[in-house]
Amino acid sequence: MSNAITEIALVLEDGSVFEGEAIGHVPANGIAVGEVVFNTTLTGYQEVMTDPSYAGQIITFTTSHIGNYGTTSLDNESRGTFARGVIVRDMARRESNWRSEQSLDAMLKAHSLPGIAGIDTRRLTRILRDSGSLRGAFGTADQASLLAAAKSDTGTAGIDLVSQVTTPSAYNYGNGKFKVVAYDFGIKTTILSCLAEIATVTVVPASTSAEEVLAMSPQGVFLSNGPGDPEMVGGATAAIRSIVEAGTPTFGICLGHQLLSRAFDGHTFKLPFGHHGGNHPVRNLATGAVEITSQNHNFCVDPDSLAAVADITHLNLNDNTNEGMRLKSHRAFSVQYHPEAGPGPHDSRYLFTQFAEMMEGK
Amino acid sequence: MPRRTDIHNILIIGSGPIVIGQACEFDYSGTQACRVLKSEGYRVVLANSNPATIMTDPDFADRTYIEPLTPEILAKIIEREKPDAVLPTLGGQTGLNLAMALYEKGLVGVPGAPELIGANAEAIATAEDRDKFKQAMIEIGLNVPKSGVAHNMEESLAVLEEIGLPVIIRPAYILGGRGTGIANTMEEFLKIVADGLDASPIREILIETSIVGWKEYELEVMRDKADNCVIICSIENFDPMGVHTGDSITVAPAQTLSDVEYQKMRDAALACIRRVGVETGGSNVQFALNPANGEMVVIEMNPRVSRSSALASKATGFPIAKIAAKLAVGYTLDEIPNDITRATPASFEPTIDYVVTKIPRWAFEKLPGTSGVLGTQMQSVGEAMSIGRTFPESLQKGLRSLEQGRLGLNCDPGESLYDSLDDAALLAKAAIATPERIFQVGEALRRGMGVDKVHDATKIDVWFLDQMQIIVDERHAMAGLKVADVSRAQMRRAKRLGFSDAQLAYLWNSDEMIVREQRESLGVIPTYKTVDTCSAEFAAETPYHYSTYEDETEVRHSDRPRVIILGSGPNRIGQGIEFDYCCVHSSFALRDAGFETIMVNCNPETVSTDYDTSDRLYFEPLTREDVLNVIAAETIASGGVPPKVIVSLGGQTPLKLSGLIDPALIAGTSPHSIDLAEDREKWNQLCNQLSIPQPPGGTAVTVDEAKVIATRVGFPVLVRPSYVLGGRAMQIVHDQDALQRAMEQMASDGSLGKEGGLSAERPVLIDRFLEDATEVDVDAIRDHTGEVLIGGVMEHVEEAGVHSGDSACAIPPQTLPAWVVEVISEYTKSIATALDVRGLINVQFAVLGTTVYVIEANPRASRTVPFVAKATGVPLAKVASRVMLGASLEELRVEGLLTPPVTGGHVSVKEAVLPFNRFPEVDTALGPEMRSTGEVMGIDRTFGRAFVKSQTAAGTVLPTSGTVFLSLNDGDKPAGLVVAKRLRDLGLGVAATTGTAAYLAKFGFPVDRVVGKLSEIEGSTMDNAVELVAQGEITFVVNTPHGRGSREDGEAIRKAANSNRVSSVTTVEAALAAVNGLWEQRLSEVEVCSLQEYHGR
Repeated sequence: MSNAITEIALVLEDGSVFEGEAIGHVPANGIAVGEVVFNTTLTGYQEVMTDPSYAGQIITFTTSHIGNYGTTSLDNESRGTFARGVIVRDMARRESNWRSEQSLDAMLKAHSLPGIAGIDTRRLTRILRDSGSLRGAFGTADQASLLAAAKSDTGTAGIDLVSQVTTPSAYNYGNGKFKVVAYDFGIKTTILSCLAEIATVTVVPASTSAEEVLAMSPQGVFLSNGPGDPEMVGGATAAIRSIVEAGTPTFGICLGHQLLSRAFDGHTFKLPFGHHGGNHPVRNLATGAVEITSQNHNFCVDPDSLAAVADITHLNLNDNTNEGMRLKSHRAFSVQYHPEAGPGPHDSRYLFTQFAEMMEGK
Repeated sequence: MPRRTDIHNILIIGSGPIVIGQACEFDYSGTQACRVLKSEGYRVVLANSNPATIMTDPDFADRTYIEPLTPEILAKIIEREKPDAVLPTLGGQTGLNLAMALYEKGLVGVPGAPELIGANAEAIATAEDRDKFKQAMIEIGLNVPKSGVAHNMEESLAVLEEIGLPVIIRPAYILGGRGTGIANTMEEFLKIVADGLDASPIREILIETSIVGWKEYELEVMRDKADNCVIICSIENFDPMGVHTGDSITVAPAQTLSDVEYQKMRDAALACIRRVGVETGGSNVQFALNPANGEMVVIEMNPRVSRSSALASKATGFPIAKIAAKLAVGYTLDEIPNDITRATPASFEPTIDYVVTKIPRWAFEKLPGTSGVLGTQMQSVGEAMSIGRTFPESLQKGLRSLEQGRLGLNCDPGESLYDSLDDAALLAKAAIATPERIFQVGEALRRGMGVDKVHDATKIDVWFLDQMQIIVDERHAMAGLKVADVSRAQMRRAKRLGFSDAQLAYLWNSDEMIVREQRESLGVIPTYKTVDTCSAEFAAETPYHYSTYEDETEVRHSDRPRVIILGSGPNRIGQGIEFDYCCVHSSFALRDAGFETIMVNCNPETVSTDYDTSDRLYFEPLTREDVLNVIAAETIASGGVPPKVIVSLGGQTPLKLSGLIDPALIAGTSPHSIDLAEDREKWNQLCNQLSIPQPPGGTAVTVDEAKVIATRVGFPVLVRPSYVLGGRAMQIVHDQDALQRAMEQMASDGSLGKEGGLSAERPVLIDRFLEDATEVDVDAIRDHTGEVLIGGVMEHVEEAGVHSGDSACAIPPQTLPAWVVEVISEYTKSIATALDVRGLINVQFAVLGTTVYVIEANPRASRTVPFVAKATGVPLAKVASRVMLGASLEELRVEGLLTPPVTGGHVSVKEAVLPFNRFPEVDTALGPEMRSTGEVMGIDRTFGRAFVKSQTAAGTVLPTSGTVFLSLNDGDKPAGLVVAKRLRDLGLGVAATTGTAAYLAKFGFPVDRVVGKLSEIEGSTMDNAVELVAQGEITFVVNTPHGRGSREDGEAIRKAANSNRVSSVTTVEAALAAVNGLWEQRLSEVEVCSLQEYHGR
């Protein structure tokens, strides 16, 4: 093989160093920097990399072989990639799958996404697990510069990342029974596909006001997933409250869940290292059933803060954190996890049907 | 939903003897089930005929019935124990089939009878009945291959008319794909259909479109009563469709599925388990995927814990069998904690950050006449599993775990096998699935044929092939280096791709230990990661480790005294579950005594590789390098104190390593003593000193030396290589020509040649063969005070010359005079003392007239240890382990671990189970090379009754009506007279060959039918035995092979009996024991009794 190996390092803000090889895009200044998180999903690396919720973050894949089945434009979760980098144990040299259009390495280059391969990702994961998400930097630069870069990164808390990923202008998607307006805080394509099965969706920028939305007379409003700290999504909570109080059936996912909660005076806080994977058990408290769910969030809703206004509907069985709620006096509900999957199990897609039923007035 | 309180008494059905397609994995699942249900407070009744299992240990159930697994016997157990429920889903296909048979008799699963838990009759029928299953899948919108069901040839042809060739034929209700095959031509079709109809207990086959070459996947699913479903593991087959999954190299997790495809498969698997209606527990769903367009079809579903479940459990750390047992008694997944994290519930889907590879191990070398080609019928006898961070590392570790002389993916002396093949011939060979294929593919890639060309020939996915190409490329990059010049980066890259030190030594023309030194001096040492079900997302409590070359090791510090127990590796003929039993018992006993126990093994089927059997589990190959690494890691983890190592419980595998480990670390008998018993010259000297007679013999490295010895001692002679187990390549030869052939065979071809051939260190042993001698096995334990405990004296039913592993034997001895047994005991004590044994010793004797000859002594656990323990109630392996770590027998008596043996009142018979029904082309005559895969035990008040039970348990159908065919060699004719007499008394007809008939007539026993020998009947009108068997006129065959001269006649008859499923025995001793047993049994009905009752507990 003629591929020359470029040896690079990853340095975390705590000073931990990992030696590896460059993959994907090579950043101009030799440094990729961001908040390092891990994802334990076995499949779906492309969906994860194109999920806008990862804005500002460097994604570590715990699965050791990444890139095996290549990539296809059909599996993109957004118009591009918003993560700062990817970390893998092993990057496939050759992919194999009938659906593949280009190799993952080519896709990373096409999206200017840098990566590092060959490192002990398990050691890294254990560090992140024990100390929480850490800022880190990798690249060809020397280790001192990498450490300095890591320390100077802003992280994701207290940063407005939504404005970086939301659609600049409204657009329509699908042609279903109901008319739904979807707030794009970093919406995933799979969510749009799920909504499209029940609705004609108008996707609007995160900054769209309640008045503008209500003027479209939607039968329902959807609050999307998105990156970062819910506290920083300025203005959205007020708009959401107005829309909900106007009687519009509302459904939120992930960041949408946090924003709906905050709109009704709920509190959110940052988890030690977040939930990032496709195997989290969640109990539906109404039925008692356990759903295996796809998850990707660092912030979480404090259920006690909602006690007066909402019923808790879903619970994470791994750490008993909140996974869903339904407002007591309004037609609105939301979940912290990703019922649309993409990637992940399809156990919770019934929630889209539930949204349709709510719009139907059931 | 907490545990059910409306049931109290549960019958668990085990899976019986180890056979191809059903091995230790059901001991693993059954043991788990017993432990779980007992700890939940249920009364557990267990039925299993296999004494070598851990589950049949009397501690694991309240009532343990080592009885034949037939519906009649189970009905008696049910009548006696009155269970509230029967759990059949942890006993393999045997458990399910028995449950269905009992259901059909109205004895379980119907009102008034015990409930079936785990899966009900409807669910079992839906999954197992090919046609019902197909309909069910179509109903829920899943694709299945185009197919039709047939019950006879006529229907089969009608189905073929509809779907056309090629087709795959699968019989209903079978295990391990028996009778399954792919037909590309009409001729093949007719043959496979006929075989398939015979293989199915209900004479039903499914004929379907062949999808050979598609990608094959399996998903392990669990479901609870509340309908929560989770996928435990996805498995991708390296070998495409066309090779039985049990014979395929398989990889977890699935590697080449995108999330879109994987979730589609997951949805299908969940829909499948729900539709089939498996209420609780584990199931396994198999899929095929068209690599060209992703078209997915469901192949089959096992509504029970399976071989794949065991693999999935070991691959992920999720204890499927344990959880299945809990679900069966009413728990839901979310109520059960995940053992490994303790912090999270079992209602999740494991995710893993490593790659698991399972590689099967076959035994074709022991079955001459077999083609060695893999197909839809499973033929492997065991498997190794390996864990690496990447597929290349995992694959290479797996290949060296097989212990077949290969050091990894080629780059070893074994690769010279392919030198003589040109590229085209090599590729043509690689296109056919055989045990060698993986190495042939590696060689093709090494020659630069390229991934695509190899893919075209083999249909193996290009991702796998490219990963292999990475190994090969690295090899090219490293070729020509000198050990001393290798850089750290180079060394690390090689180790991360799984290269063993021995491979690197081969490549660099060096020595393994020099490579090791260089590697260590470069600081390239293995790290140990943890199998934790969650890819490190949560802290793991359970130390289940594998090695890899990374930054960080996860072995925790501990100051407790520790013992490493080296396991027995992949199952093979001659070394299987019996040794796992010993290792597990050792771990239990030493844990109880306060030691920290550390298991090293690479067999995913076993109880020993369950993460909670020992304090720590290393899932590693049992090679010098890997074992030394574990010892080093444990030494570091305890701050420099090395652990003790037990090498004598896992069979030949760890024993072979004993000389390579620091002797100071070996617990028990010293390597010096082991060598003393194994080194022929030293052993002879020792026997001379002790005045214990041996058959005359000697050792030879060349043909000429062998001939000299044979001339000196006289023919026939027994020829056997040293340092092998299970009588590998052992032969009895009657003349110089045969001796020459035997020697040449051992020196050249076959696996023995691959394992290193002959050398001064590995000479051939040549001994006078004692014809008509009675063989006796003794298991004993000696402690440091010099006390010797005779565990059991076993008299073989078959005469000397039949390998002890293939021979039936009885405790107590049945025909030996008491004083002979005493002499045997004294000889054993004397040998154990002379060898300074600390722990177990097995000694084999041959008794001829009044002379007791010692054949060999092995200062290690033998295959019979579990059988003896069950026959006598003495936990030999536990006692021996304590003795090895310094306890005296007296101390153990005081402690209560060592109890007096239970004698009198019952006789225990062990019988071997042979794999011939899978290999119709193989002669079934027994000989000195062991070929049995497993064993059963019959236990009863008398020898006759116990023997009949042992035969029934082994699947031999003893005649109760019809005509028995006798064909005996001259030496066997007197005993044959008695057999014929008994058969007459039992009201059976007798047919015999001309010679046998004439002999019987002399004593006044005319036979009903005289049958010609093949040579006689040409052109005559005489009956032909082969035809009579085929026509179903014969219900039982007694055919004893002739010592010398043409064996063809007998072979044809035995093969005919085998392929027509007519039971046969090939020794007159077994025939005598059987007819005597039948005679006794006609006086009173079969009775069942539990081990606990026999042991007086």
